[in-house]
Amino acid sequence: MATLQLHNITKRFGDTEVIKGIDLEVNDREFVVFVGPSGCGKSTLMRMIAGLESATDGDILIDGQRINDVGPADRGLAMVFQSYALYPHMTVEGNMGFSMRLAGVPKEERRAKVLEAAKILQLEPLLDRKPKALSGGQRQRVAIGRAIVRNPSIFLFDEPLSNLDAALRVQMRIELARLHDELDATMIYVTHDQIEAMTMADKIVVLHDGVVEQVGSPMALYHHPRNRFVAGFIGSPKMNFLPVTLTRVTPEGVVIRMPGGGERSVLVDGQQLEANASLELGVRPEHLVLEEQGPLSGEIKVLERLGGQTSLYVQMDDELITIMADGDVAYRVNDTVRFGFAPERAHLFDAGGQALSSLQQHPLAGLTRHDNRAPGSSSEEPA
Amino acid sequence: MTTLSSKTTAPRSVSGWRSAQSKRILLTLLGWSVALVIFFPIFWMILTGFKTETAAIADPTLIFSPTLESYQAVHARSGYTRFALNSVAVAFGSTFFALLIAIPSAYAMAFLPTKRTKGTLLWMLSTKMLPSVGVLVPIYLIFRDVGLLDTRTGLIIIYTLMNLPIVVWMLYTFFKDMPKDILEAGRMDGASTLQEVFFLLLPLTLPGIASTGLLSIILSWNEAFWSLNLTTSKAAPLTAYIASFSSPEGLFWAKLSAASTMAIAPILILGWMTQKQMVRGLTFGAVK
Repeated sequence: MATLQLHNITKRFGDTEVIKGIDLEVNDREFVVFVGPSGCGKSTLMRMIAGLESATDGDILIDGQRINDVGPADRGLAMVFQSYALYPHMTVEGNMGFSMRLAGVPKEERRAKVLEAAKILQLEPLLDRKPKALSGGQRQRVAIGRAIVRNPSIFLFDEPLSNLDAALRVQMRIELARLHDELDATMIYVTHDQIEAMTMADKIVVLHDGVVEQVGSPMALYHHPRNRFVAGFIGSPKMNFLPVTLTRVTPEGVVIRMPGGGERSVLVDGQQLEANASLELGVRPEHLVLEEQGPLSGEIKVLERLGGQTSLYVQMDDELITIMADGDVAYRVNDTVRFGFAPERAHLFDAGGQALSSLQQHPLAGLTRHDNRAPGSSSEEPA
Repeated sequence: MTTLSSKTTAPRSVSGWRSAQSKRILLTLLGWSVALVIFFPIFWMILTGFKTETAAIADPTLIFSPTLESYQAVHARSGYTRFALNSVAVAFGSTFFALLIAIPSAYAMAFLPTKRTKGTLLWMLSTKMLPSVGVLVPIYLIFRDVGLLDTRTGLIIIYTLMNLPIVVWMLYTFFKDMPKDILEAGRMDGASTLQEVFFLLLPLTLPGIASTGLLSIILSWNEAFWSLNLTTSKAAPLTAYIASFSSPEGLFWAKLSAASTMAIAPILILGWMTQKQMVRGLTFGAVK
């Protein structure tokens, strides 16, 4: 059992407030990802949870106990650093067993525990090597092994994959997800990479300028972003935004006038809107469809063929719109295309950047990574 | 075409190789000349040590019949060993205490800096810019009153204080280069500050600490001003020993040279054996 609660956490460095009153709840065995652009405060927040940085204000609770004044080692946490932070002068075994050595655990017991963790991470043949003699991926695994050995109630990962090359990153991502299932531990993971967040998280916390923009499952964030920032940050390639004006509000949604003059309805709640309000339309590249009679049109500037898909970059007035189309589309650069979108796939944002709430909940919005598993799979049972 | 181009390029590359070669020879010669000019006084001193007193003041020459006469005379006159032991005790003792004080200070400055850390460091270094003679009288009087004159303890205290700014500065730069993450990982693993220092910081900065210690030993070993003024016989180190050959009865070049050679020999050998370490330590932060 390990839950974490943050109550109104604030952090100031001198006069600059980097964390502006964050409230958060992390449930037992949850995989929570803090994501946001660099400088959003996600690493600082994690360091405060770890105890490496003190909170200026607010309470940090683990299993209901306030731990603000507890030292980093006594919080029952283990952290994996971005730089791995292995002890260069110790062997892999020495690295993994260091915490136990400090705690005065007998050598035999230490070795048994290190071996156990090494087995999970396939590090057994490397136990006598120094970090210098390991590859990036192996070092990463040693860093994780050092955390596992401590048997923490919560694992903290601070951008652990950003020093690895792309192929290895994908592999480690899968390995980490598997590890989470295997260890059944609570994990908090910091990254700026929204793909890592989408693929691994049960719950994503989107941070921006020291505040939480939205908390939710990956699918909830993707389908129902609360504001323009989250909409633009989650999803790749980025969501397209277009200025539009409100025509009328109906019980089935709102009707908007688009840059080309065409009208379309969007399934959102527009009861609070004033007539002729300026809005922003957001549609993801994968939700724009090429259609002969589409309400939008533009000239193709760049065309990227990926084989299975083709990215079209279409100039529309001042905006460059991205469309993910079928791999076999016959268009060429400088062609003019017409395109549109389904009413339930579009998002509308008011002048303040807040999303108008959807009238239709996406069926997968509540889905977490755990729900992807087949019922009765072995990892459902706590070891 | 190909044969033509190969014909034209081949001689050029040979001449290029030749000019590179001659440049290298020139640089080597220059390097050796500078080294010889710097080393010459030491060389001449060693040479003079093997001459008779008459030969020493005669016209300079490289050809003479070497003799151990001066060494025997020096040895007969006073116990070299006693002075040497004083030098060893004072140099190592002061270095030990300087490191003992400097390691925690540098740790605090490198890992827990405040707004005034940089200023403190500069101020410490600025004390090295004062002429020592400026504080000779007060220090002499204090030493006299507390009974530290002509004691090893007194010299150790003075040398520790004298070298402390440089030792702190050097350790500070080494500690600054140490990745903070590693210490934080240690803290997450449950290391106390003391354990952090002993298990992580010291082993990882050992090359730097070693070269700092070596420099401190060399500086203490070679120091003459304080040792000449604060010691007479009991605690006098080798510098005082050398000086004793240039006073009352006149100047004896050969004996003085023999004594000097014996005084610098240990530190010369130590420096030569550890030069790799020294260069690495002194340029550690510079090449980053």
